[in-house]
Amino acid sequence: MEKAKKNSFMSWLDKRLPVTENLERHLTKHPVPKKVNFFYIFGALLMVIFMVQVITGIWLMMFYTNTEEGAFASIEYIMRDVEYGWLMRYMHSTGASAFFFLMYFHMFRGLLYGSYQKPKELVWLFGCFLLFLLMAEGFLGYVLPWGQMSYWAANVILSLFGAIPFIGPDLQVWIQGDYVLSGATLSRFFALHVVVVPLLMIALVVFHIFALHEVGAGNPEGVDIEKHRDKNGMPLDGAPFHPYKTLSALPAIGIFFVIFFAIVFFAPEGGGYFLEKPNFEEADFLKTPEHIAPVWYYAPFYSILRAITFGIPFLGITSKFLGFIIFAGSIAILFIVPWLDRSNVQSIRYKGIYSKVAMILFAASFLTLGYLGTKPVNELRTLIAQICTLFYFLPLILMPIYTKYEKTLEVPDRL
Amino acid sequence: MSKKIDHNRRRALHITSGIMGAVTVGAFAVPFLSAWNPSEKAKALGAAVKFDLSKLLPGSMAVIEWRRTPIFVVHQTDEAIKNLPKLNDRVTNPALSEGISRTSNQKYTILKGVCTHLSCAPKYHPEIEPKAWDQEWLGGFFCPCHGSKFDLAGRVYKGVPAPTNLEVPPHSFDGDNLIIGEEV
Repeated sequence: MEKAKKNSFMSWLDKRLPVTENLERHLTKHPVPKKVNFFYIFGALLMVIFMVQVITGIWLMMFYTNTEEGAFASIEYIMRDVEYGWLMRYMHSTGASAFFFLMYFHMFRGLLYGSYQKPKELVWLFGCFLLFLLMAEGFLGYVLPWGQMSYWAANVILSLFGAIPFIGPDLQVWIQGDYVLSGATLSRFFALHVVVVPLLMIALVVFHIFALHEVGAGNPEGVDIEKHRDKNGMPLDGAPFHPYKTLSALPAIGIFFVIFFAIVFFAPEGGGYFLEKPNFEEADFLKTPEHIAPVWYYAPFYSILRAITFGIPFLGITSKFLGFIIFAGSIAILFIVPWLDRSNVQSIRYKGIYSKVAMILFAASFLTLGYLGTKPVNELRTLIAQICTLFYFLPLILMPIYTKYEKTLEVPDRL
Repeated sequence: MSKKIDHNRRRALHITSGIMGAVTVGAFAVPFLSAWNPSEKAKALGAAVKFDLSKLLPGSMAVIEWRRTPIFVVHQTDEAIKNLPKLNDRVTNPALSEGISRTSNQKYTILKGVCTHLSCAPKYHPEIEPKAWDQEWLGGFFCPCHGSKFDLAGRVYKGVPAPTNLEVPPHSFDGDNLIIGEEV
């Protein structure tokens, strides 16, 4: 009632739409741990980059032509004729790389500090779905410029569906909408890229954040801040999200944009890793590029795909299909991490030596696979990729064993 | 109105309305999923291609486009067919399971004109003479991009970048006509 006198408009509004209640619940009274490290900024940066992608994407859509005949020319039109078209496009393409960069750090933070542990399983699960959707979104978007790499990389990926026993060839034709990758494929990929996947992503981001706000954000110590509260019920080791978290995120966002725009303005092609050189040539279905390499952010997974050079003949599984299974498995296994970790502590800081070694092996394998994925294959590289694939999976597969039996340190009571 | 709730009736109604709902959703999904199938236009463009073999002389090759792929149709000479077994120890996979020239018709070889290495177009060199890439050339296909060699039946030579034989597209014969894209 006192509030009503202060601001009658807000009180009128609050009776019809729970504005104040939700602002307090999610911003001004939502407690977050008061001490975290830089690893905890990536979530906020991901929100920022998502908005950059949506806005630049909408503007690109105003000038892009989603036909086989017009797509490549319309990209050139955007780059040369549309005012600031080059900026929109380079922001969007650099944004894609930034999105993955931030996503990988955000998820690695989760792995290090146990951000998936009970009761945060759903937060992690929604996050994994977001990674999957982001990968789909990136792939679909990469096809749209209809350059040589768009065309041939899409051919490689679509032929993976064709490798599925029995239904594969028909499934591939259904996805392509033609017997070959063609304009029919391009226009449906456009629809998926600009509407379907982004809508799903927005929905999942909402779920991700609602679930996070229900269970509370974690911290590098793995301390439960809910244990000690002051008289008003505010956790003693917590601080309200706004203004503490919002304001501390601002400088980070500033620094991020400095780096982001340095790339947009001075190195938008990223040395051929952000925008690949063959993609400056229009798609030609009679001419395959010398070396088909994925963009850097798919390289680790592409490496896993290529590392599988053997099939299971007596089950009728070809090496191509087994590669597809292992490749899909490398993403799928992330989803079940909350149920693989049996540790009694959250953070790597208090876990035992096995967890630490496992995380180092996992990260090193991921980086090595990423490097190998951008290089042409030879026997040595294939062998290294096979070893790294093993060490990508082992730390996760063996997690239930080593986290249960290793000695952990005692977690402090307070942050 | 009786106050007592008939739970059985309620459950039956739940189940039937659930099934009706699922059937409705399933039925409505059909047009949306079918829309993704190749359109009539795509089907027409991807349809089987007919080719009159009577005009193709022995030793010559025709290139037909089918589903954006060049299809090589070779009318083999008797000499070429006789030479094929001589190459058995120089090719990776000597078995000619589909007949002497890897087709259902001994005289004709039907191949996808796409190198199995990196999809370049191999060139047709039927001459039996020493070549820069092979001193004992008995005729075949040579890929100028990376030097892959195939014999006249499309079998890949050992020690070249291409891993497998040139592919044989689905095809059938109807009198003098070759139909590419349809097996009998």
